[in-house]
Amino acid sequence: MNDWSRAVSARQSSDASYETFTGNRGLQIEETLIFEQDSPGHCGVDLPEPAPFTSRLGGLERQGKIGLPGLSEPQVVRHFTRLSQKNYAIDAGLYPLGSCTMKHNPRLNEKLARLPGLADIHPSQPVSTVPGAFELIDTLAHWLKTLTGMPAIALSPAAGAHGELCGIMCIRAALEARGDRRVRVLVPESAHGTNPATAAACGYTVDPIPADATGRVDGAALEAKLGSDVAALMLTNPNTCGLFEREILDIAEAVHRVGAFFYCDGANFNAIVGRVRPADLAIDCMHLNLHKTFSTPHGGGGPGSGPVALSEALAPFAPLPWIVHGPEGLELVEHKTGAAEKSLGRLKGFHGQMGMFVRALAYMMSHGSDGLRQVAEDAVLNANYLRARLADDLSLSFPGPCMHEVLFDDRFLKDTGVTTLDFAKALIDDGYHPMTMYFPLIVHGALLIEPTETEGKASLDRFIAAVKALTAAARSGDTARFRAAPVHTPRRRLDETTAARKPLLRWRPEPTRRQAAE
Amino acid sequence: MRYLPLTASDRAEMLAAVAADSIDALFSDVPEAARLSGPVDLPRAMGEIEVERLMSRMAAKNVAAGSVPFFIGGGVYRHHIPAAVDHLIQRGEFLTSYTPYQPEISQGTLQYLFEFQTQVALLTGMEVANASLYDGATACAEAVMMANRVTGRRRAVLSGGLHPHYREVCETYARFVGFEVSAEEPPGGEDPACVVDRGTSCVVVQYPDFFGEVRDYSELARICHDAGALLVVVVTEILSLGAVRPPGEMGADIFAAEGQSLGNALNFGGPHVGLFATRDRLVRQMPGRLVGQTVDAAGRRGWVLTLSTREQHIRRERATSNICTNSGLCALAFTIHLALLGEAGLTRLARLNHAAAVSLAGRLEQIPGISLLNRAFFNEFAVRLPRPAAKVVEVLVGKGVLAGVPVSRFYPKNDAVGDLLLVAATEMTTTEDMDRLEAGLREVLS
Repeated sequence: MNDWSRAVSARQSSDASYETFTGNRGLQIEETLIFEQDSPGHCGVDLPEPAPFTSRLGGLERQGKIGLPGLSEPQVVRHFTRLSQKNYAIDAGLYPLGSCTMKHNPRLNEKLARLPGLADIHPSQPVSTVPGAFELIDTLAHWLKTLTGMPAIALSPAAGAHGELCGIMCIRAALEARGDRRVRVLVPESAHGTNPATAAACGYTVDPIPADATGRVDGAALEAKLGSDVAALMLTNPNTCGLFEREILDIAEAVHRVGAFFYCDGANFNAIVGRVRPADLAIDCMHLNLHKTFSTPHGGGGPGSGPVALSEALAPFAPLPWIVHGPEGLELVEHKTGAAEKSLGRLKGFHGQMGMFVRALAYMMSHGSDGLRQVAEDAVLNANYLRARLADDLSLSFPGPCMHEVLFDDRFLKDTGVTTLDFAKALIDDGYHPMTMYFPLIVHGALLIEPTETEGKASLDRFIAAVKALTAAARSGDTARFRAAPVHTPRRRLDETTAARKPLLRWRPEPTRRQAAE
Repeated sequence: MRYLPLTASDRAEMLAAVAADSIDALFSDVPEAARLSGPVDLPRAMGEIEVERLMSRMAAKNVAAGSVPFFIGGGVYRHHIPAAVDHLIQRGEFLTSYTPYQPEISQGTLQYLFEFQTQVALLTGMEVANASLYDGATACAEAVMMANRVTGRRRAVLSGGLHPHYREVCETYARFVGFEVSAEEPPGGEDPACVVDRGTSCVVVQYPDFFGEVRDYSELARICHDAGALLVVVVTEILSLGAVRPPGEMGADIFAAEGQSLGNALNFGGPHVGLFATRDRLVRQMPGRLVGQTVDAAGRRGWVLTLSTREQHIRRERATSNICTNSGLCALAFTIHLALLGEAGLTRLARLNHAAAVSLAGRLEQIPGISLLNRAFFNEFAVRLPRPAAKVVEVLVGKGVLAGVPVSRFYPKNDAVGDLLLVAATEMTTTEDMDRLEAGLREVLS
């Protein structure tokens, strides 16, 4: 059991659980919306009024109020500070969200991304005034190409799903260039939802591939589905069960035999970075999430960055812009001319997520080739440690060593009246962000745990103790506790059904008494 | 390695606990041929001092916008970011959290996104906004695809005044997603009656447009609606909405924009923040994440991600979009900056920008050989020069002035726009900056 918060002296008084006058509970401060704090006339910036001038807006001046509230700087700082205190974060503790790779976000990266020579430069500045920017982008590309073993990298995609779109577009462009119209994309049932959504967005029919008893792609089912109308297989490796697809070379060969391309979802690259090069797995295309493996902050859901590593066959179709090595150094290619004639065009404005490139490169340089290899090893060791220590308490979905994440299902909760959701919510009361729940879809009530290399052994041991205690509580029939959880949070469980049925998606002012009477 | 807490003895102990004789045993599922025996050919680990030195060296080779008279816009604008914005977004609770899937411990993110959605709706005069998309260009493409879904049609008309990157992104999506776009020639201002027909899903216009022109699209909205098409209004300078009539008032059905100008640095073009808003009746066809208000088990107000049944993690191949990550932290910067500005600050900031551009345009118009393209503009306008704009810009780089964006950078094959220069002025532009640009242009063109 946990004992680090046990009382160190005799209790002075009994627990008091009473309603406070304010609704606040000590450090948990209730905070209204900025719109409800409006004090007209207040402003959080001091700007001069311009000297008189004649408007040239062509008669399109805005009439009437916008409705934005006025607040002073201290009010704004306090508001957002209080909001921040209602969030769990990797800075605060273990964030074992499977397939999301919630690792430490180094502050050096933040510092460097704010250097004026990197943050205060405009994407349309004359090329001659930003050679350092192109050097940085080219250096990042070199690191990513070396780590993946792939010959080309497209840097402009804005996130993982955008990278997937880029990869499938490159594949379709390559097929069309050889006059080959194909209609199906094969996607394992354990894949992230973005995979089928991406293939469908690019006009393909999605054909699911079941998993075998070991949690990996069912080779026979795959063979049966392959044919000359298949454009690609989209495979996540390691897959979302946290398992390496052992037969990957055979799978690649089968895919290539029918003339299809092999797309690898690189969401789980953290498990193999520095130890396995995707090129050696015979893949044609793989996106990398810089906000997962390469530590750029998740920021509450973005911004991300999703570069795509491409084979020689796919490279000519990569989106613009490109940076190429020319006779006089680095050259920027922004238009579909010359060698870039086959490019699929633009996927995003300007040059991609430069701010994320800076952070990812700082992260890679800090680790170096040796440190990145250690990252994969520690991430895999941590996940296996959890697997071994929790195997008797939770129900392991598939036997044998896992990679960077470990998958359990809800058999251990059978007949307890406690669901995966209840279990996860109870974990919140113990101070942890839950694992990924109910994903992948191929096991019942999934609990997918990814500790990452960021956790030390002591941290893992505390987490293991908490999970064991919860498991014991569930088995002892303490269902009421689980159904009520979480109770120690800024909010208890929220009514998502009503939110969806009667969507209230913005604040509106309360009608005044007079308006209400009308 | 400073980021890795496991010690050698921890590792040994843990390997024993998992009954593996070495770390290699845990990688035994990897085909032998694909296992690397040692580190790849890249530099070894470096301390903070070395990394900082190397990166600073690269940064120092660039001309930072703040170090010179600076007039570049064209879809990304240099504005002042109050110190509190960058401080607050670096709070670890915002910076290092993920998508708010667990609402009980994500109310901070959810509440600011609800505030963001409200701010965007107010600013645009639209009814409902989402929690952000990647950037303006991808938001524009998503708007077209949404219009196709709503109307059941497959042809979008793009104004010649639309940012060329936005047009190109739409063309890329069109080719692979399977719809048509017909892009008008720059510089826009086409006759709306001629471009809309019964097969048109939407007309996409920019406001102010790529050349800085501010146009009234009310008549276009009426024509679109009569033909059963939607009007998509794109904004690349969101600050303009502090001064001009909002698109919602003109009859826009979908609003797609770049929100960088509020709270976000130039960042060489990214990350920025895509804004997206529409009418209540179309909300279920909208892409991207949405935050909605609800109550918790104790009856208290709270927020959750909602209408997720549109999204890929639930609908998979039947989702409205494949988007997962949005631009959360950039949206937070936007929200904090706009909260600081408020009604009074935003409108004053917009007036400062317009005043600066009016002053600069007045000066440049006086230079022999230069003519102003615009009838009306906000903080950016286009001037026609008596020689290729790209060459003039290069000469001015030599004089330490970043004069603007030559339109030929975006349209290299279009001779009709080769002598056009886009010039932007903001609250950051000083009288001395304008003196330098004016003197430089007079000298180059004499």
